[in-house]
This record gives sequence, structure tokens and C-alpha cells, in this order.
Amino acid sequence: QSGSSLRIVSAALKQGQITPTELCQKCLSLIKKTKFLNAYITVSEEVALKQAEESEKRYKNGQSLGDLDGIPVAVKDNFSTSGIETTCASNMLKGYIPPYNATVVQKLLDQGALLMGKTNLDEFAMGSGSTDGVFGPVKNPWSYSKQYREKRKQNPHSKNEDSDWLITGGSSGGSAAAVSAFTCYAALGSDTGGSTRNPAAHCGLVGFKPSYGLVSRHGLIPLVNSMDVPGILTRCVDDAAIVLGALAGPDPKDSTTVHDPINKPFMLPSLADVSKLCIGIPKEYLVPELSSEVQSLWSKAADLFESEGAKVLEVSLPHTSYSIVCYHVLCTSEVASNMARFDGLQYGHRCDIDVSTEAMYAATRREGFNDVVRGRILSGNFFLLKENYENYFVKAQKVRRLIANDFVNAFNSGVDVLLTPTTLSEAVPYLEFIKEDNRTRSAQDDIFTQAVNMAGLPAVSIPVALSNQGLPIGLQFIGRAFCDQQLLTVAKWFEKQVQFPGIQLQELTDDCSAVLENEKLASVSLKQ
Amino acid sequence: MAAPMLRWVGRGRRWTFARVDGGSCHRRGAPTGSTSNRIRGQSSVAQQPLYTTQKPRKGEHKWAAVVGLEIHAQISSNSKLFSGSQVRFSAPPNSLVSFFDASLPGTLPVLNRRCVEAAVMTGLALNCHINKKSLFDRKHYFYADLPAGYQITQRRLPIAVNGSLTYSVCAGKKQSQVIPKTVRIKQIQLEQDSGKSLHDDLRSQTLIDLNRAGVGLLEVVLEPDLSCGEEAAAAVRELQLILQALGTSQANMAEGQLRVDANISVHHPGEPLGVRTEVKNLNSIRFLAKAIDYEIQRQIDELENGGEILNETRSFHHQLGYTMSMRDKEGKQDYRFMPEPNLPPLVLYDATSLPAGADPQQVINIDQIRETLPELPSVTRERLVQQYGMLLEHSFTLLNEVGLLEFFQNVIKETRAEPKKVTSWVLNTFLGYLKQQNLAVSESPVTPSALAELLDLLDSRTISSAAAKQVFEELWKREGKTPGQIVSEKQLELMEDRGALEQLCHSVMEAHPQVVMDLKEGHPRAINKLIGLVRKATQSRADPAMIKEILEKKLSS
Repeated sequence: QSGSSLRIVSAALKQGQITPTELCQKCLSLIKKTKFLNAYITVSEEVALKQAEESEKRYKNGQSLGDLDGIPVAVKDNFSTSGIETTCASNMLKGYIPPYNATVVQKLLDQGALLMGKTNLDEFAMGSGSTDGVFGPVKNPWSYSKQYREKRKQNPHSKNEDSDWLITGGSSGGSAAAVSAFTCYAALGSDTGGSTRNPAAHCGLVGFKPSYGLVSRHGLIPLVNSMDVPGILTRCVDDAAIVLGALAGPDPKDSTTVHDPINKPFMLPSLADVSKLCIGIPKEYLVPELSSEVQSLWSKAADLFESEGAKVLEVSLPHTSYSIVCYHVLCTSEVASNMARFDGLQYGHRCDIDVSTEAMYAATRREGFNDVVRGRILSGNFFLLKENYENYFVKAQKVRRLIANDFVNAFNSGVDVLLTPTTLSEAVPYLEFIKEDNRTRSAQDDIFTQAVNMAGLPAVSIPVALSNQGLPIGLQFIGRAFCDQQLLTVAKWFEKQVQFPGIQLQELTDDCSAVLENEKLASVSLKQ
Repeated sequence: MAAPMLRWVGRGRRWTFARVDGGSCHRRGAPTGSTSNRIRGQSSVAQQPLYTTQKPRKGEHKWAAVVGLEIHAQISSNSKLFSGSQVRFSAPPNSLVSFFDASLPGTLPVLNRRCVEAAVMTGLALNCHINKKSLFDRKHYFYADLPAGYQITQRRLPIAVNGSLTYSVCAGKKQSQVIPKTVRIKQIQLEQDSGKSLHDDLRSQTLIDLNRAGVGLLEVVLEPDLSCGEEAAAAVRELQLILQALGTSQANMAEGQLRVDANISVHHPGEPLGVRTEVKNLNSIRFLAKAIDYEIQRQIDELENGGEILNETRSFHHQLGYTMSMRDKEGKQDYRFMPEPNLPPLVLYDATSLPAGADPQQVINIDQIRETLPELPSVTRERLVQQYGMLLEHSFTLLNEVGLLEFFQNVIKETRAEPKKVTSWVLNTFLGYLKQQNLAVSESPVTPSALAELLDLLDSRTISSAAAKQVFEELWKREGKTPGQIVSEKQLELMEDRGALEQLCHSVMEAHPQVVMDLKEGHPRAINKLIGLVRKATQSRADPAMIKEILEKKLSS
């Protein structure tokens, strides 16, 4: 899969082995071939081809805009894209065409990236499976991988393959599937409680959540303003760093972005030696629900660091067990507030009822939002009631502070990076996933990821190995606030050690990727 | 401050303020003739007495009213509180609306520095403690002209707290006694204005204009230290003058730049406060006073009749002059306040806390703002009294009429006439003409220069004061002539020719032998008749003193 990384294809573009238009068409054709994955809500073919044409001109004139010029990317459908429908996978925003670009989208375009389309998600990013959007669930490309299929053939109990497809995880499942199925080289997700890292782990990708305040949220349709961060999904750590380099930085339109806390660009050194590194293993993350396979990979990873000379410490994050319930209160409260603007008046869905403004609001919101969204609005408003505010919201904020302090204490004890699982297990089949309701699922699936959002820390999920079933398993690294570069550097070293086997989708993608990998890229040279 | 007593006066179902020294609320009697010695609102506070001033009978029940105000002042700024849209009154509907103002999903608030500075400035002028750290909150309610479903305001930790506003009410028979009073200021908070809803009941439609949505407001919350409409009106007028002097708000009530809600209750002194009502959207100072006084009266009537006061919102019907329940809220609204997560705490600095090397564009320095505070109205008045020797109530009039102070100062600058003369002319003659024709100072046909020239002619004794009045009347006709031209065209110069004047006196005496006879028979005041006749003959151009002297000389000879 060497030809599949952004860095390599970027080099190929620069050396003229492939043109942006060829690359764009290749990805468009893969999007069509993998349509059944339901990764995209909107494919912006015309926009992408036009951008490719312009990129091609720049390359011809020797005026390339940089590493991202001509690179196909996808964007989760909760980022505003000027002139392109932005739905949040909700009836409420079907047909809504924003008049402006989210800052991160604009930055990608300014660097010459090609916008392939808008990817599927859980409605308003509320979910952990990418199964609860109005456009239907996203299918995990690994369901169709050679690795998984071979394992299933060996299993005498395997059921009908067609109905046995796997979820991607979520809520950025569309972005994960899009990158995993080679329809683009990087995708934007959003990460509020793990929505980028969770599908990255299930789809065998690098899923990076930057420090809160490092990347602008302007134009990201919010779930929880105080935790949302644009996330990056790529096939390797270096690619994530390239995209982060393009996105990071203060934005006058987002007052919560921080003024230049770290050096740009994000060039990741290849770490030769980890002996000065201290890795923390939070003991509270060893929960009974953790699958034995993930647990064993986690401890193998710790062993790897230790055997290479790093110091590995058990650390305690004592308030971890309160994290999920605290997250629930804060998340739903902000959701209740953020969703108040969807009243059918200015944009989006409006019902036919016109008896009174109030009746119109009520019917519009009932028709526009699914049960999950309505349920969160209801609980959030309950927590914000005058009589409940102190007991729920204020307490949850206090607990949030304790959770953030847990991390600070761990890092103050000398730990550079924390190593944890990303998910409890590998991806599960859709039919099994929907046996539980969204709330239960979210609470389980966010267990290792959401505390990071409450503390605003950077975290990255790295694919480590395949499970017995041939499915990817990811581990998570958590860094100090605004030490994103250090975090990614450690992740890059780890990535190199584990040599995760890429997805084999030959049957699906047939000639397209093969041509690129075997012939055109044979002579690409990479500057280290 | 002593609370004024309100007394129940029996069957008339009217109540009135007792005259208590100092702290009481002084009702005026019938309007006095002069316009110059009364504190006026922009268009003058209610001149009709709302309550008859009767002597309380013995054993009557005493009531005290407690009034608190919440004042919303639109900040005078180029752009809105959290967006770059322009702020302008009467622009075409929905022409000043940014994506944020329309609450498009994904947009975020960005705090306008100018609005923060305006809040700090206002806080300093109102003797507030400026909080070095303040926070923003979301206040939720569904309304069509509130597109986000919440208003961003400062509930938990506002930008300024614990201030005071000193204002004055007039008392005494001629309203010439100026009594200073103070109302405490609880807090000043920054918040967003809403849009405007235009209800078309016929078509059962509501049209929304978002031009105003997101404009910065200063909410000034007064403690309930006021006790009647007049006090409230005077306090709001003073606040209005302060805001205008600071330039932090144009504070024009007619344009909605200053909006007042009043919380009103009545109780027996010494007993707990009564249930209060809130009277909303009072859009002129006159209606504010009327509405408060009506509501106080209504509550007393209600309680005297064994009724009870509901904690409700009422609106004031300004044509009919009464308040009525708005009944638009089914039970109490729960605004579900929550911290605004998209705005970090607002941190202000002073000289001691300013971080070294801080970018002045990125920080706000309270001390620096304090240095730029302009002269406040109370200081201006004091200066006028000191510098020009005018009465304090005259200084109030000069400030209360929009543009009058500037007019006065321009006249002073250009004339050699005594300041007292100028004061008298500006406050009596000039303002009298304006009032009579219901004109604003800016609409005056007489410029400061013209008046200054006129006063110079008077000062140099070129014309008599009677002739000056005539010239002024000519000037008012807007014919573009200077006072000098008018004087020479109409030959209004003072008659300096003593011989001619003597001749004139002589002929008048000859023509009125009876008057001369009266005089000689011991009726010395009859001389005034002769003086008047001579003056008339000179078309008021002669100095009456000189006429008198000549006549007396002739009579005694």
C-alpha cells in the first residue's frame, strides 16, 4: 500500500508521474465503485474536477501550492461548504447550502486540495456507529477486505456475508470509510467524544484529534462547542501531520483558537531512540469490557516501548469512571442549546403547520430531528433547568475539571505520552450493533476517548494489528496540551514498529489502485 | 435616602405624595409659565400633575412605592457586538445581517472591542467597579426575532458592578429648587439585541427584520431606590446625558436606542416589599414617568380594594395612559442559562496588571480608558455655574435641550455681551421661540453667530433691548439678513441725537396736556405714560432713561 499515502502521491504529483486530474478521476471512479459503502452523502464531482484542472495548471506553471495541491480529500458533512449542501445527515438540514466555507475547508482549498465530497455521519454527529443518520448507515470497507473474508471462510459459523457487514464506528464513519476505501487521501472528521478516533480504529486508519484551540471550529456545525475539534483521518501519521500543518493556527473567526502555541510546519522527525521517553499506562483504562485481544495488543505495545528503552509507568487517572456520565450531562446541555437555532425559520426544514409560530417550531423540530437528537435536547434542557442546574451542569463542570487535572497530574509526574486502547474491541457487525440503543452504545464506545475531549488534549489512534477475525485494532496515544507534534512523533515511531497490514480491497478497487502502485509510482523518490 | 410617603386620601381613589423635606418626591402644581427653570426630558417630563396635591387626612393609610429600572442602551458602534455587520438605524430590512446574526450553523461570536470599551467607559462614568474578568452566558427562549434561540448576555459575572448615578429633581413653588439624589447601580452587562418582529394580524403573518439582531446593548440595572415616576424620569434623563456625553450610546428613546423596563411595587413602610410588576418597553421619558405613576396608583387601588398584585409583566398603553397585563407568558419562563462556550472569559487590565510587552491591540486597559473620559454633565453644569454665574437650574436646561449647550457656547464665543445676558437670551427668548414652534435647536432659523451679533449691537448700545427683540423676530423669519442689515433697514439704531429727542418730547407734551396736568397735580407715575408715548414715537429707538431725564427736566422747568 506504499502508493496510497498522501506524502507519496504528493511527491508523484510534483514529479509529474500523475496529474491532479488523473488522480481526481481515479478517486471519483473509486467513489462510484464503493457507493454501496454509503460513505458519501454528496459527491462534489464537478467541483473536484474543476479544482483538479486548476491544480494541474499550477503544476504546469511550477506554482504548486504545496503538499496538498491536487490531493483528493473528503469532508464530513457537518463542516460548512460554500455552495455545497451540508446536511449533518439530518432532515433538518436537507437542502441547506451554506454560503460560506468552514475555516478548515477554506484552508484545504487554499492549499490546492480537491474536495471530493461530503461524508456520512450519525445525525448531527450524535453516535458512535455512523448508523444513525437520515441517509442510512455507513459500511466498513473492511467488511469486504481480503483479510476479513478469508478469516470468515475459515469460520464454519459465518452467516450470510451480505447482511453481515460491519459498522465503521463513528460518528465520522463516512470520512473513515472514504479514506479506508482509497476514495481520497485524507478526510476531515470531527471529534467531540472520540468521533474521529473511534472510526479510525475500526477502519485501520490514523485518526487524529488535535489539541482544543489549535484548529479552528468556525464552520463546524457544533455538537459540543467546548469539546468539538476538527479531526484528521489519514492512512499514516506523516499524512496526518501534513494536514495538521495546513489546518492549525489561530482564526480570528474562532475566539477559542490559541495564538501560535507551537511551531509550524509539522515536520515529524523520525525518532531513532525512545530511551528518553516516558509512556504512561492509565490503570483505570483496564476495564472488564475490554476484549482480550485489544488488551493483549495494548500490553504488547507497552512491552515494545519498554524493550526499546522507554520508561513505561502505570499511572492513575482516578476520576475516569465519572467521565462518561459527566460527558453526558455537558454534552446534552450544549446540544440542547446549540440545536435551539433549528426552528425552521431561516434555513433548513420547515413543516407545513402554520397555526402559530410555536406549533410551527414544534412540528418542524419533531420532523427535522431523529429520536437521538430529540432525546439529547430533552435531557440537556432538563439539566439546564433552574432547579437542576447546580445539581447537574455545575457538578459536571466540576468533575470535568477533576478529570482534566487527572491528566495534568499524570503528565506532571514525568509522563510524556499516555498509551491506551481506542475501542473496547474491533468493529462489530451492524446487526449486532443495533441491538443496543444509541445512548448505551455511545457510552460504551466513547469510554477511552471522551475524557481527552473534556481535557482538550491531543490524541491519536494508530492501527496496530489485525484481530483474529482479520479486523483492525487501534491504540490511542494521548499527549500534553499543544504538544501535538511530540505526540505525532511518538505515534510515527510506533507506526513504524508495528507495520500494520493495509487493507486489501483488490476485488473492490480492481485496476485503479493497482495501476498507480505498480507502474506509475515505481520511480517516485521521497525526500526524507 | 428617605422613602417618600404616599397617602390614601379617601373616596377620591387618588393618592398623593406628602411633602417631606429633602428625600420626598416633589410633585409640581400647575405648569409654571417659564420654560427655563424646570428639569425637562427630551420632550419635557409630564407637565400635568398626575396627582392632586391634597393634604392628607388623619389616620390615613401610608404607602411607599419602590421602583427599580432596567435600562437597555444600544451601544454606539460601527459594527455589532459579535459580528462585523454594520449598525445603522432605519436601513432597509435585513440588509445588515451577517451569517452569525442569522445564526447560520457553524458561525461563532467574535467580541467587538469597541463595545467592551463603551461598557468600561460607561461603568467608569457611573462609578462602577470594573470586573477584570467577566463572563458571557446564553439565555434561552424561542422567539422568531432571536434566531439562535438564545441571547448572549452576562448573567454570572458582568463587566461592571456596584455603581451609582446622581441625578436631580426640582422642587419648590417655582420648581427652582434643585435637589440632588442618588440611585445605586447594581450592574452593567454587555448583551445582544434581538431582531424586530412585525406582526401582521390581518394576514396572520410575522415579518422578521434582523438588522438589529446582535447589536451591542449595555444593560444598566438600577437598584430599586426610586420612588416615583418623576425620579425615574430624572434618573433616566441623567443617564441619557451621560451616555451621550461619553458617546457610548446615542440613547435616543424614539429610535429605540434607550429602552426602559420598570419594576414597581408598593408597601407600607416598615413592612416587607410588595409583589412587583414589570412594566415593559417604555419608549419616552414622559411615558416612563406616566406609566410608573399610573402603576403605583393602580397597585394601591388594587390593594385598598382588597385585591392582590400579581407578579406579571405589563405594558403601557401610551395613548390611553394605563398599564395592562401582557399575558403572553404561561407561567414563568425558565431561561436555562448556560455559559457561552465559544467566548473565553473577557479579561481587562489596568496599569498594574498589564502584562509587559502586551499588544495594545489585543488588550484593554481600564486606566487608559479612564484618562479619555470626557466631561460629564454634572461637571459641565458646575462649570457653567462657576464660569458664567448662571443659576444651577439654568445649567440643567442648557444640558437637557439637545444642542442647546453647544448653541449657547457658540454664542458666548462670538459675542462681547455679558454671559448673564447671553444666558437670559438663550433660555428665555431663543428657547421660548423654539418651544412655541416646537422646533429642535438644530432646526432653529437663528444661528449662534446671528444671535451673537445681535447681542453685540445691544451691548454696544447701538440698539435698545426692545429693538433687539424686534431684530430677533426678523431673524426668525429666515430672510437671510444679518442683524446689522435689519437694524439699518428698519432704522432701529438707538436715537443718539439729544436735540431731536428733546423736540420729540416737547411735541408729545404739547399733544397730551391732560397727562402733563396730572403730573403736575402730584401723580408722578403719569410720567411713564409720557415716556411710553415718546418711545412709541421713536419706534423704540430711544433710550428710556434718556427720555425720562429730558421729560423730567422739561416738567420741572
